[in-house]
Amino acid sequence: MTMSAGQCLIRLSEEHHTLEDYQGGVPRWCVGCGDNAILAAVQRLCRDEELRPDRTVFVSGIGCSSRLPHYMKTYGFHGIHGRAFPVAEGIRMARPDLHVFVSTGDGDCCSIGAGHWIHAVRYNMNMTVMLHDNHVYGLTKKQASPTSPAGLKSNTTPRGSELAALNPLSVTLGVQNVSFVAQAVDWVPEVMYDIIAAAFRHRGFSFVRIIQRCPEYLPRMFEPWLHDPQKTLLLTHPDGIQLNPELAQTYRNHREHDPSDIDRAREIASLEDPIPVGILYRNPNVPCYEDLRHPAPMRTPEFIRAGFERELDRVTVWPEDDAGAGLAERASG
Amino acid sequence: MGPSGWLPANAATPASMSPEGDPRTMSRLLATEPEGVRKAARRVRADRAVTLSEHIVEVISDSGEGAQRCGQSLAAIAARMGNGIWTTEIIPAEIQPPARSVAGASGIRIRIGSQRITNGGDETDLVVAFNEQVLLGRVQAGELKRGATIVLESMWREHRDPKIVASYGQVVEALVADGYRVVEAPLEQECRRLVSDPRRGKNMFVLGMLCNVYSLDLGLGHEQVARIFGKKDAAVIQANQQLLEAGWQWAQEHLDFQYRIPARRSTEAQIVVNGNIALALGVLASGMEICAMYPITPATSASHYLSEVFERVGGIVHQAEDEIAACAFAVGASYAGKCAVTITSGPGFSLKQEVIGLAVMAEIPLVVVNVQRGGPSTGQPTKMEQGDMLAALFGSHGDAPKVVLAASTIEDCFYSIITARKIAETFNMVVVVLSDASLATAQQPFPRPVFSEDWLAPPVDQSPVPEGAKPYDWDPVTGLARRFVPGQPRGMHTLTGLAHDRLSHVAYEPAVNEEGLHYRSLKLAALQKTLVTPPVFGEPEGDMLVVGWGSTRGAIEEAVERLCAEGRRVSSLHLRFIQPLPSGLKQIMGRFKKVMTVESNWSDRLEDEIIDEDNRRYSALATVLRARTLVDIDCWSEARGEPIKPRAICDAVRARLTDEGAGR
Repeated sequence: MTMSAGQCLIRLSEEHHTLEDYQGGVPRWCVGCGDNAILAAVQRLCRDEELRPDRTVFVSGIGCSSRLPHYMKTYGFHGIHGRAFPVAEGIRMARPDLHVFVSTGDGDCCSIGAGHWIHAVRYNMNMTVMLHDNHVYGLTKKQASPTSPAGLKSNTTPRGSELAALNPLSVTLGVQNVSFVAQAVDWVPEVMYDIIAAAFRHRGFSFVRIIQRCPEYLPRMFEPWLHDPQKTLLLTHPDGIQLNPELAQTYRNHREHDPSDIDRAREIASLEDPIPVGILYRNPNVPCYEDLRHPAPMRTPEFIRAGFERELDRVTVWPEDDAGAGLAERASG
Repeated sequence: MGPSGWLPANAATPASMSPEGDPRTMSRLLATEPEGVRKAARRVRADRAVTLSEHIVEVISDSGEGAQRCGQSLAAIAARMGNGIWTTEIIPAEIQPPARSVAGASGIRIRIGSQRITNGGDETDLVVAFNEQVLLGRVQAGELKRGATIVLESMWREHRDPKIVASYGQVVEALVADGYRVVEAPLEQECRRLVSDPRRGKNMFVLGMLCNVYSLDLGLGHEQVARIFGKKDAAVIQANQQLLEAGWQWAQEHLDFQYRIPARRSTEAQIVVNGNIALALGVLASGMEICAMYPITPATSASHYLSEVFERVGGIVHQAEDEIAACAFAVGASYAGKCAVTITSGPGFSLKQEVIGLAVMAEIPLVVVNVQRGGPSTGQPTKMEQGDMLAALFGSHGDAPKVVLAASTIEDCFYSIITARKIAETFNMVVVVLSDASLATAQQPFPRPVFSEDWLAPPVDQSPVPEGAKPYDWDPVTGLARRFVPGQPRGMHTLTGLAHDRLSHVAYEPAVNEEGLHYRSLKLAALQKTLVTPPVFGEPEGDMLVVGWGSTRGAIEEAVERLCAEGRRVSSLHLRFIQPLPSGLKQIMGRFKKVMTVESNWSDRLEDEIIDEDNRRYSALATVLRARTLVDIDCWSEARGEPIKPRAICDAVRARLTDEGAGR
């Protein structure tokens, strides 16, 4: 493609970023931890989308997953357990010019922060959410999480956990204003990348559940899936994920699914085996809370003063000599 | 219509409204009424108004009958006349408690004076009650002055339920026997002449009555009605103005008492709002853009008002899904460059503590308003208490230094928010502003604030960070570090709630952990160096110094004036900054023989058999001041859920001064 001189100049003045521009400290996750794959995918995404590192914020809570911001060279907010969503919402409300990502885990999102999760879906604020779901608490050393399968033996469930696992996809798809739900697995990184990229491009609360392995505490959990590609169901669609021929060759279990079909999405969400991978639901027409709330005008001191004086006028007792006219009226008149 | 039109056939004590010459009534009056009532039976005309320097009136009703609106309007009219006013709301805990119940008393007290009024005062001089049960609530609480005048709705005398009729009769009789002056008034019946649902119009009728009683300008009354019903159509305003007029006329014809409290209109503009509105106006004027909250009593009315007006200056009230989220949302917004505020009360304040700790650790500016109520747990949601000071100082785990301000007047509620935002952003600290349920609902005029652009926050800093600058480059003297805000080129770092070094890197080294603790603590000292020693109210030396904080200021200073008038050598000191405390306190205390805090929170009672100096729990401020000054500071407190009265403070001071005298 030929470019005009002007276009060349523009291209020259644009910033170009390399992977290194997004690579922060050396990850301290275990070897083989799915978090490494997620980190690689988002770093690649930042580079490909040319996100300015100074205009990008990765927000997290507490847990292995929530260390992710430390390994990015963007702005990061590594907060407290369960509260990544409200922090991210505050950032987004104050600064709609920033790209906001959230890394959260199955304990952070689905247990201690579950209340915020439900409401974050409903607010539908524009952010890309990665639920690092390894089905177990890692940082606190192996306790059952809400997504642990029934029967899991852990330090707090030595005789096996009693409860059935919570399904994050079904929960999210059940909340009013849901606008984007997808599922990825760490053993198909190419598709994980495509899904996170689609999530980023969706304007709204893009929720990606990423099933990942915990080599330390649940090393054998997903072995059957790794050994049998048929147990991974790839959801394809012209509006969803499209597979390259190689991948399609390896993973032959495909299903065409239209992401605008929420009823089908809910059916697929409840599948446990095979594990569905792809975009389950997308609705670009759900309004974002920050768009609904943002008052338009520029907050100049003059504007604030005028509004303030108007309010004071309503509650002012004037001295006898100048009863009547308020300051706001005087200012405008 | 003749007066007998409203007089019940079996009227027992129609008192001052009695038609002249009705023999049955007169004989009844002469037989049972105290002196005051007998005089009242005579109709006095012309300029009968008695001049007073101040008066306390209450309007008491079942919930939902509009007594508070009536009282607030009365106060607003008096304030417009130039009177000093202070209103105290009387709020039952439930939205709709059972009708005609002692516990359901809902209403308002208005103290009107010639001079500036700083608190709700002692006992009530005049009560207008919509039924005898809610009135009983106030009588039993000891809120009425001996011999107070009671204007009581008389409809119950003819109620179809004989039990109600009997109850009403008994209460009236008992009150009269106790020396109260009871005036029965057919409010319902009079209102029915004008509106189909008198229950909804009675309050404006009573407003008219009280305008007459206090010789207030009825024209201002009309304006006030137009103001409160301004959003409704003209017919509604007109109907209420008719009620107002009728109430005024009825009082003119049927009440034999009238007062005039000389007023002097201020030479400067005043605003009349309650403490929560003042807080909200402070948010407006402070340049903050985001308020995140979750509904809780008694803080919510501030958010109601803000929700109404904040967007007009480009602000947003976010009602979060819970208290924790509200605080975290505010922290997120602050982190991103716009210092935010979260407004709550006790239980919500407890829930926010972990997030507050995060803001302390990460040095994110944040304003937290706690409109205190009775605690612990759900406690007394609608009642005042100063119970959260220690939670504000020491809340959150670990060493979490934060600034704590306590608003002491309605005006202070306004300015405290502006100050808080400024300190929060200058020092990158959490600033807690303490108000309470009594300030929240009390109204008192104060000089109209003159807007200053200095109040506003500067624009979000988006300038590139100097090469090599660190996100926590603590100044060795002040502990201050320049904060990097997202969007600033070269400022990228990951903020963390973990212990961290100057680069914001997670650090577990002992020295690094102490470095962070050290500098976060130093910031308080840096702020402390800028504080001014508060002035002593009264003489600079004497027998006792009363120390207070928060909403008790007016009552304490009034008590000090009374005690000085008795010849006692008592002064007071009121603290606005609780953390850090200003310098010079110990020197001030040294000039008094005895120092005692007066607070509205729990402290152990010395008269209890097992309480002694080894186990006595002091009030919050006393605890803090004893530790800070090493002065043997005494305390007196009550936690009745009501504002402390000047009289109670006087009694307490006299008792302690006597104790001391006896001890020597």
